[in-house]
Amino acid sequence: MVRTQTNTHTVRYDCCSTWSCLCIYITRFRCFSSSHFLSTHLSPPPLSLSFSADGNYLLSCGSDKSLKLWSVSRGTLLKTYSGHGYEVLDADGSYDNSQLCSCSSDKTVILWDVATGQVTRKLRGHAGKVNCVQFNEEATVILSGSIDGTVRCWDTRSRKFDPIQILDEAQDGVSSLKVSEHELLTGSVDGRVRRYDLRMGQLHVDFINSPITCVCFSADGQCTLTSSLDSTVRLLDKSTGEMLGEYTGHKMKGYKLDCCLSSKDTHVLSCSEDGHVYCWDLVEGSLMLKLPVGKAVVQSLSFHPSETRLLTAMEGRVQVWGAEPEETEEEVVVVQQEKA
Amino acid sequence: STWFWSTEIRDVVRYYEPLRKPVPLYEQTVKDEKGRYQRFHGAFTGGFSAGYFNTVGTKEGWTPATFVSSRQQKAGRQNARPEDFMDEEDLGDHGIAPRQITTTADFASGRKDVIRDKARAITSLSAPIPGDTVLEDLVAPARSSMGVELLRKMGWKDGQGVGPRVKRRLCKQRADSATRAFGSASPPNGSSESQDEEDGEFVPENVTFAPKDVTPIDFTPKVDLHGLGYRGLNPLAALRGGPGAGHINLFTMDSDRTNSLFGEDRKGQRRRGGVAGQGFGVGAMEDDDEDIYHRDIMSNYDTVLGGEEPGNGLYGWTAPQQYNRKKKDAAYLGKILEGFTLASDKLETKTIFPPPNLPRDFRPVHYFRPVVDLSSVSPMVAQALQTSRGHMAQEEPSKGGRHQLDSAQRRELLGEATLQGADCSLYSSETCRHNKMSLLNPSRFAPHAEQQQQEALSVWSGPTAQAQTGQTFKPFERTPHKQARYDLYIDQLKQGDRDALELSLDPTMTEWERGRERDEFVRAALLYKPSSSSLSCRFTRGKQDDGVEADTVEVTRDQENDVDDKQAAVKMKMFGKLTRDTFEWHPDNLLCKRFNIPDPYPGSGFVGMPKVKRDKFSVFNFLTVSESPTASASPAPQGNKQSVPLYPDTFYLKCYREEFQSVGALTFIVYYQIYSLFNLITRLN
Repeated sequence: MVRTQTNTHTVRYDCCSTWSCLCIYITRFRCFSSSHFLSTHLSPPPLSLSFSADGNYLLSCGSDKSLKLWSVSRGTLLKTYSGHGYEVLDADGSYDNSQLCSCSSDKTVILWDVATGQVTRKLRGHAGKVNCVQFNEEATVILSGSIDGTVRCWDTRSRKFDPIQILDEAQDGVSSLKVSEHELLTGSVDGRVRRYDLRMGQLHVDFINSPITCVCFSADGQCTLTSSLDSTVRLLDKSTGEMLGEYTGHKMKGYKLDCCLSSKDTHVLSCSEDGHVYCWDLVEGSLMLKLPVGKAVVQSLSFHPSETRLLTAMEGRVQVWGAEPEETEEEVVVVQQEKA
Repeated sequence: STWFWSTEIRDVVRYYEPLRKPVPLYEQTVKDEKGRYQRFHGAFTGGFSAGYFNTVGTKEGWTPATFVSSRQQKAGRQNARPEDFMDEEDLGDHGIAPRQITTTADFASGRKDVIRDKARAITSLSAPIPGDTVLEDLVAPARSSMGVELLRKMGWKDGQGVGPRVKRRLCKQRADSATRAFGSASPPNGSSESQDEEDGEFVPENVTFAPKDVTPIDFTPKVDLHGLGYRGLNPLAALRGGPGAGHINLFTMDSDRTNSLFGEDRKGQRRRGGVAGQGFGVGAMEDDDEDIYHRDIMSNYDTVLGGEEPGNGLYGWTAPQQYNRKKKDAAYLGKILEGFTLASDKLETKTIFPPPNLPRDFRPVHYFRPVVDLSSVSPMVAQALQTSRGHMAQEEPSKGGRHQLDSAQRRELLGEATLQGADCSLYSSETCRHNKMSLLNPSRFAPHAEQQQQEALSVWSGPTAQAQTGQTFKPFERTPHKQARYDLYIDQLKQGDRDALELSLDPTMTEWERGRERDEFVRAALLYKPSSSSLSCRFTRGKQDDGVEADTVEVTRDQENDVDDKQAAVKMKMFGKLTRDTFEWHPDNLLCKRFNIPDPYPGSGFVGMPKVKRDKFSVFNFLTVSESPTASASPAPQGNKQSVPLYPDTFYLKCYREEFQSVGALTFIVYYQIYSLFNLITRLN
């Protein structure tokens, strides 16, 4: 049963029967019956997605120069934040959901007030597109990585508009950036993953030999996940840099696509250019699920911080994939059969 | 009754003078102690402006004592002192708290804190109960100065004197205590001994006593015009009117004596009568008997001129002490002023020290300044002679040896005037030029030198050179004369003068020197010819002068390992040691603060990767240094627990690397695999 409306502004309802049969390991993904498709950024596709820290909201940013805040459970658009001059490339929310930061092709990073939707601060300084942006744990620093090969650390506490520090070790554009309690992980187009350890005062550089598209920390903080343009996702040991797992099968050749780990570090998920989300078992490295999202490139994905929910972005649609608790053994069997 | 004007006549005369014109309001100015105009303002323009517009602020705003608290430095308690609320006027010489160097209370002996006393007096006045601080004084903690503490540590006890223990009789000490009022000096030996014999007490031998206490000498300087030993009337004693202070005796010496003699007896005595009279004002509750008003007795006053009666007014009282004292004073006629004692021994004659012995190597040579007729020598020499101290002039080290000097410099050093030879001034400029051209020996010039000269002319007279305004290159900067000549040469070249070189050279120089300079100038002009205008207009000069460091560039100290090795390692999927580089990296202090992390390198002066200066065009900048970057110079911070290497013996690894670097990366990796296999086997064993 498909109820589709032509107006892109309205919520499209879709039947979930086709997706519910897909399951992975313990849990199964399916589209929400209520709002599995969220309203789009008009025609242009959303470029990046992220859950808020508590997972109740999701943030999509797109090429219509705006950010949109959604409620995950109700599927409603809560607020639109516009102020960027070009497409918004990445966004992040603070731990207390009071602030947002976003970066754009207009070389700026903007700090937003969530409630009012006003621009709190517009930070200029990058020499090129700003690819990625992240708050630190306490939202005192905004870190932004740009195509100019620098990561800039902006102070949200002071009124200074200059960055605290510029990390210019990357020899090419910084494509991805993640912050943990005391570490900063950056992936660069020069094929290196850099981990700045603030506590130790050290910089660890891991050579991957292929432009990095996305980097992630594992939830336990012991590993890093790296996806690169050689269509490989690698799980590296954080302390030694040794490879613990390699996940292949998807297609990632030209787009800057995301990868992520499931909330309990059981699975590795990655976008693919063939319109699927690939899901591997972390330990065994075997492909557990190939989630068909659409026909176009799956541009971004994000995993819910606590529940088994997945966000995907494709061609102006944001989809929330949820997992049903394992109902019966029979169904799973059916699924296996259907797959077969 | 008759009244007298107490004013001087001058003033009286002035009284009849016409009144002076009042100073107009705009001329009524007030200056502070530094001569700055003070502004009246406030209600009825009566008040001064204090502080900054009568506020506690400053021009920069009101800045409170900044709160400083960090993990390392906790905020301390801040106690406000009275001085914090005073301005410089208060702290000035005539303020309420003049600044002077004082010893702190711990080290002071007896002197009181003036400021504190004043403050206390003020608070006692303003306190709800006047004189409230009396209680405070009573319960003041027992404090002794540092000197007393030290003395106690050394065995001193209160009441004793300071010094080595003295072997003497007990009774002597007792006798001395009686003379306490008189001073500290021990009496002449003979008299005391005779007295001791009289006492006839048994005194054990080998017993030493502490020396007796010395009354401190008052060192306050005498600033008044009274005679020595004069003490004015004590108003407190005069007005107290108590029985203890019966009569104010002008002759203090005597009163002391009488007091000491009468001792206790006098206290009990009640004197009545005389010039007495009960004044008004005795309260109903007060005891009528109380002698609240001072009464004086006429018998206290001398009625007859002509000094004291014998016995010092004791009227026949003949105590043995009196005689004792007389005996002591016998050597000296006249009164001994209070605070003074008779000297026990003679004044020491001043010793005159012989002049010091001359050292052996002392040479009594004196340089006499030559008597020179100053008009006959050049002013330079005259000045040098006047200022000379007989030393040779030190050659400035920066100027190089004397061989580097040119004739002009030599001339300057010697103080000679410029030679008045066949100079241009004698001829007109045109004839001069010809003259000089004829003087020059053209045969000295090689044909290619002429050619170079022409080339320089063509280069510098072009439009690009004209466009260049300021000449930046100064090749002969060390010798200003030469540089000036060179500048002149360049200027002439720009104007297209063919004889630029000859004109710019110094005609007083020797032929050889000129020839050398000619070559140098042409070479320099050709070497630093102006760049073409189209190019030069696109570049601007660097704001900061590069100077010596022009050829260096900052590069990161730690370089990455060989990329080829890594690529090979990635192909072999051997991630880990081979693909990882660890560098020292300094986060910004503020960044650490924001991340709630202590700075790993506190006090390091830079952020980011440590940088070193290398030659800009060095080959090594383009070669990757294959040193292990982990061996960084600065020590790794503590707590590095997590990076436990899988292969602990990196030494072998290094050896392997060095050995097989020439063989090639791939071969090395094969060897590395063998090595790790080997390692595994040894581990299993």
